[in-house]
Amino acid sequence: MKSIPFENVFWEKEEIMNPGERKILQLERLKNTVDRVYNTVPFYKEAFKKSNVKPEDIKSLADLKRLPFTVKDDLRQTYPLGLLGVPRSELARIHGSSGTTGKPILVAYTRKDLDTWANLCARFLVSGGLRKEHVVQISFGYGLFTGGFGLHYGVEKVGATIIPAASGNTARQIMLMQDLCPDVLICTPSYALNIADFAMQSGIEPAKLSLKYGHFGAEVWTEDMRKKIEEQLGIMAFNNYGLSEVMGPGVSGECYLQDGMHIQEDHFIVECLNPTTLEPVEEGEYGELVFTSLTKEAFPVIRYRTRDLARLDTSPCPCGRTTIRMSRVKGRSDDMLIIRGVNVFPSQIEEAILQVPGIAPHYLIEVTRPNTMDEISVKVELQPGFISDKMSEMQSLRDRVLRKIHETTGIHINVELLPPNALERSTGKSCRVIDHRKLF
Amino acid sequence: MKIQQISMFLENKPGRIIEPCKVLAKNNINILTLSLADTQQFGILRLIIKEWQKAKEVLEQEGFIVNVTEVVAIEVEDKPGGLTKILEAIEETGLNIEYIYAFTFRSGDKAVIVFRFDKPDLAIQTLQQKGINVLDSVQLYDKANQ
Repeated sequence: MKSIPFENVFWEKEEIMNPGERKILQLERLKNTVDRVYNTVPFYKEAFKKSNVKPEDIKSLADLKRLPFTVKDDLRQTYPLGLLGVPRSELARIHGSSGTTGKPILVAYTRKDLDTWANLCARFLVSGGLRKEHVVQISFGYGLFTGGFGLHYGVEKVGATIIPAASGNTARQIMLMQDLCPDVLICTPSYALNIADFAMQSGIEPAKLSLKYGHFGAEVWTEDMRKKIEEQLGIMAFNNYGLSEVMGPGVSGECYLQDGMHIQEDHFIVECLNPTTLEPVEEGEYGELVFTSLTKEAFPVIRYRTRDLARLDTSPCPCGRTTIRMSRVKGRSDDMLIIRGVNVFPSQIEEAILQVPGIAPHYLIEVTRPNTMDEISVKVELQPGFISDKMSEMQSLRDRVLRKIHETTGIHINVELLPPNALERSTGKSCRVIDHRKLF
Repeated sequence: MKIQQISMFLENKPGRIIEPCKVLAKNNINILTLSLADTQQFGILRLIIKEWQKAKEVLEQEGFIVNVTEVVAIEVEDKPGGLTKILEAIEETGLNIEYIYAFTFRSGDKAVIVFRFDKPDLAIQTLQQKGINVLDSVQLYDKANQ
């Protein structure tokens, strides 16, 4: 067992609650939530009716499986805030999904929700070493994205000093680190590596900066990346998990043992399901995580399908926390790509490509991570009639594809033009995305 | 007066340029001159071939997409300032040159250069009025065989 690098303290007693008692609490809160959504959210009432289930049918936690699923598209269909469990006047804040252009997915919080959220962030921050006397640099984007504000209020709850550096301007991030000596860094894991790289290039030894701990999330990363971050920055790096639809960061987070993320089960019920059959997987197997919120007021969710693939571990953690732990997210059960924190669907890229005259409907998307940042490129085939002997014409055709993809996805993608028939034609299900990032 | 040029779009990858050349070699077709324009990702190969119809046919049989464009072959004095003189004449006309490349053979004591204009007919007419010698395909292929 790892030695404890700092005192193992618990932020709230619910973290070490007796599992049996927690189940009783979960059931009580589930019944309450189900009753509330049925009576206040027309969408859920309708969904419950379709599934032929009524609030009074939920008599035990096992009855959860009778409830209908909620998916991301339900949030899109009810844009902007069709799934609210409280009147709009009760809202304290609105957040949204990171990424894609067009309409975001919006979620909302009451005052009490914000307080719960801050406490849940505080739980994992404290279990990963954060103390009142620390200085914390938050290098997450502040905005609709839940990362920045979610962690900000969590750190504030603990009482530490915050440097709200936000993301970007890496030279300034390092300047602040040198001048203000933060103990903790909060950002995406790839940005942490980026900061380390930038420091090295500027002749600064990143491990000699004042940082002791880092809390990283909002994207898929690996144990190798953790090792690299820990070595380069001379810190302990902790993983946390969350998604705006369920709450934001703080749904789960690692303790000092760095062996799975403790899911805050007094606030969420987690299921791990086979994404095809929607039946529970065997314990320890990878499946899609599905969350039901138990205490959220403004935006309760019933059996929200995250599309994130991970596995659950019910064995007791030596840290003393009694909650179930989830593994790193291994991938997605849909084809969504997360590129530098931005959600991108291959279908969006396809849609963009098809709008450019001269480009054939054959393409191959390749994702790489050459250094620390994700790179995405798309190979597209030209249509015979659009091939010119003039370089200027070919370049401007490529620019048109580039611009169109940027308009649709909001990200810059490297576009490679290929002669007709250059891409392999598949006979079955075509493989149009190759992820070379080796994240697992 | 115009000369037929064939062009192909190629990926910028090792081995890509040899493929069309092999097809031409196998069919005993000689390349008079060529130019390769490239970017990091792709290249455009342009060829002047006497038997351009046959070249196009055999290349297409092998799956290549072949474009035919008309270019202009101009005699240029093979001495310092020779090309400048021609370019100055073109500049005066306001014609836009897309690209140029040279032949490997000479026409007497002159060099021969391929010009790609947007409006080749207008270019030929204007250049001839200025006393610049534009070669037609018969003259060009004759000189290539000398």
